[in-house]
Amino acid sequence: MTLSRRRLLGAGAAAVGMGALGAACGAPAATPVPDGVVPFRGEHQAGIVTPAQDRLHFVSLDVVTADRAEVADLLRRWTAAAERMTAGAETTPGGATGGNPNSPPDDTGEALGLPPAALTLTFGVGASLFAKLGLDPSLVPPALAALPPFRGDQLDPALSGGDLCVQACSDDPQVAVHAVRNLVRMGFGVTAVRWSQLGFGRTSSTSTSQATPRNLFGFKDGTHNVKAEDPDDLREQVWVAPGDGPAWLDGGTYLVARRIRMHVEIWDRTSLAEQETIIGRTKGVGAPLGGTAEFDLADYAAVDGTGEPRIAQNAHIRLASAQALGGVKILRRGYNFVDGSDGQGHLDAGLFFVAFMRDPQAQFVPMQRALADADVLMEYIEHTGSAVFACPAGLGGGGYWGQSLLEA
Amino acid sequence: MSRTTLALAGLSVAGLALTGCVSTAPAPDTGEGGPISVTASDDACELGATEAAAGTISFDITNTGSTVTEFYLYATGGRIMGEVENIGPGLSRQLIVEVPDGGVYETACKPGMVGDGIRGAFTVTGSAQRSVDTDTRLAEATAGYARYVASQVEALVPRTQEFTDAVKAGDVAGAQALYPVARTYWERIEPVAESFGDLDPRIDGRDDGEPGVEFTGFHRLERDLWQDGLQPDSAAVADRLMADITELAGRVPTVELTPLSLANGAKELLDEVATGKITGEENRYSHTDLWDFRANVDGSRGAVAALRPVIDERDPELGALLDERFAAVDALLEDYRDGDGFVLYTALTPDDVRAMSDAVDALGEPVSQVAGVVSA
Repeated sequence: MTLSRRRLLGAGAAAVGMGALGAACGAPAATPVPDGVVPFRGEHQAGIVTPAQDRLHFVSLDVVTADRAEVADLLRRWTAAAERMTAGAETTPGGATGGNPNSPPDDTGEALGLPPAALTLTFGVGASLFAKLGLDPSLVPPALAALPPFRGDQLDPALSGGDLCVQACSDDPQVAVHAVRNLVRMGFGVTAVRWSQLGFGRTSSTSTSQATPRNLFGFKDGTHNVKAEDPDDLREQVWVAPGDGPAWLDGGTYLVARRIRMHVEIWDRTSLAEQETIIGRTKGVGAPLGGTAEFDLADYAAVDGTGEPRIAQNAHIRLASAQALGGVKILRRGYNFVDGSDGQGHLDAGLFFVAFMRDPQAQFVPMQRALADADVLMEYIEHTGSAVFACPAGLGGGGYWGQSLLEA
Repeated sequence: MSRTTLALAGLSVAGLALTGCVSTAPAPDTGEGGPISVTASDDACELGATEAAAGTISFDITNTGSTVTEFYLYATGGRIMGEVENIGPGLSRQLIVEVPDGGVYETACKPGMVGDGIRGAFTVTGSAQRSVDTDTRLAEATAGYARYVASQVEALVPRTQEFTDAVKAGDVAGAQALYPVARTYWERIEPVAESFGDLDPRIDGRDDGEPGVEFTGFHRLERDLWQDGLQPDSAAVADRLMADITELAGRVPTVELTPLSLANGAKELLDEVATGKITGEENRYSHTDLWDFRANVDGSRGAVAALRPVIDERDPELGALLDERFAAVDALLEDYRDGDGFVLYTALTPDDVRAMSDAVDALGEPVSQVAGVVSA
């Protein structure tokens, strides 16, 4: 494993929380891994239960050829470059400056000198890929079906869907952008970017080693997220099991992405009491209303002095709770975004919701339906983009992204 | 004018590179069975023979049609082995071309001087005696591209004359029709023209509103013709443009071409498409951007095609990929053809523009690899 691209300056500092990494990935590394490097290969793809990094660059791509061999060739090249980049290296040895001076460099170079920064690259395929490549319809997982419309959706087709996705997460935004940019470049002629999204702050913790972060409404988000340390939850709620669908996805998971615009200016004019009622938690410590600490269990039966439920019937945390949804949970891994402004004096801000689950139809759909129909928060937000991808299991030695599907 | 100042590396203004492998002068006796007759009508391109031995091949082209025509001989990848342009109705011209290597070539008559023309296969047998090393191939590449540039300049001058004459005559509709036609020849060789740092802004500068910079050339007349109406000084601007184009024609033969400058020029032409034409910025008043788009791609292919034997020698897969990606752009542009030209940029939907952008991105990557291959 070469670290020639980046000299690992500050790698120690970047390794905060990495002590939990082997366990988090469910596949303890056989050999010591350099600080700040998340192993690329393993039982499951990295970037799912990996402790959520600080930054995101997510890209959805369309395949622009019907030639399966061309796509397979690209996926092989992507895999090799991705493995090198997650190890802190250039896309090719000497790729940034070591080639023919009359040729454009293989690697774009902006990550030279930066640490690996816990970069993970997570790959998925969308439902639209199958027909485009003429893949056998029996390979399409039923759970990959299009999401139904939800009340209040304002989906922009240009911010939705896609044949392939790559989620790049890192503690350094430039490392994430470098990875996506280089993969996009390698894909020209085979793939074209459909949409991409930058996220600057994680909104979920995916490990008990992490503190719960806040979303742009100022509230802690993901307190009761599925965590890397919950093997039962991961098995039941996140990883696709044999028999769930076509075998190529066994050990994989589904990624649901929703670009959620948040009208922060309106929210900011809402009283603290109203904000807490809408969410169902205190803004300060994040305790469920009626409780005192963040991880106190919410008491949905409690009533106040007037007999009203202490946590409102339409509070966000009640509607989204496993209790209200028959035990359904998802592993959230979203990021805050601000994409400049909207031309009307408001920030184009929000939450890029990313969640992993075993079956979107059985998990995301009922949850989102409950929220769309009743959540007062819907007055402050609108969903502007949507996509579902199937993320195959992790790669063993020599395998490439999508191999289990293309060679099924 | 490109916003990125031109880095046609090695394209210096010195030395003469226009070697005369092709001539349209009266033919010497080739002693190889005599010239092959070509009868070019409005809808046919009939050759007296479709096979010849390697070496010097002569064609006698007679235009029996009603419109000006051209005749081309192409090698693999659209490489121009030789061409004759501007053959008026009823006139005959001769093309003498050196074809050292046997193989399958393609002839084309282009009535109206537009489009792909009427194509036909042409077989060259045997191989002329010569020793071909890489240096020879590279020298042939620059010589071949110099022929291409010369042929474009040869058309640019009269087309610009017609355009500026129409402006001076106050014929707005006529000038509007001629504007994208004249620009086609300019846009095909823009990297060469841009190597003259003083001429390029005068000929092709855009109205950026920069204080103290005189706005002249094609785009100034474009603004007059489409937006402001002809101005008191429009005729003077037209005269200035014609004088600048004439000066350009005189200076082009002094440009020293290198394989690297060809390769970089091919890439820069696609950069122009990506940043100026696909965005509709170049022709902001006339919206004839797809004409320029077509011409930039033609010019890029002209340079790549000249280098093709070297590319095939060193990286055969790259040549095939270039063919595929150029063909995809061609096919896409044909969807927007309107008569002899193209629909206006304003008629394009965001999806149309997106498809063009994808195709140019797909082509730009392999074209950017050519410089490294030919300089390796």
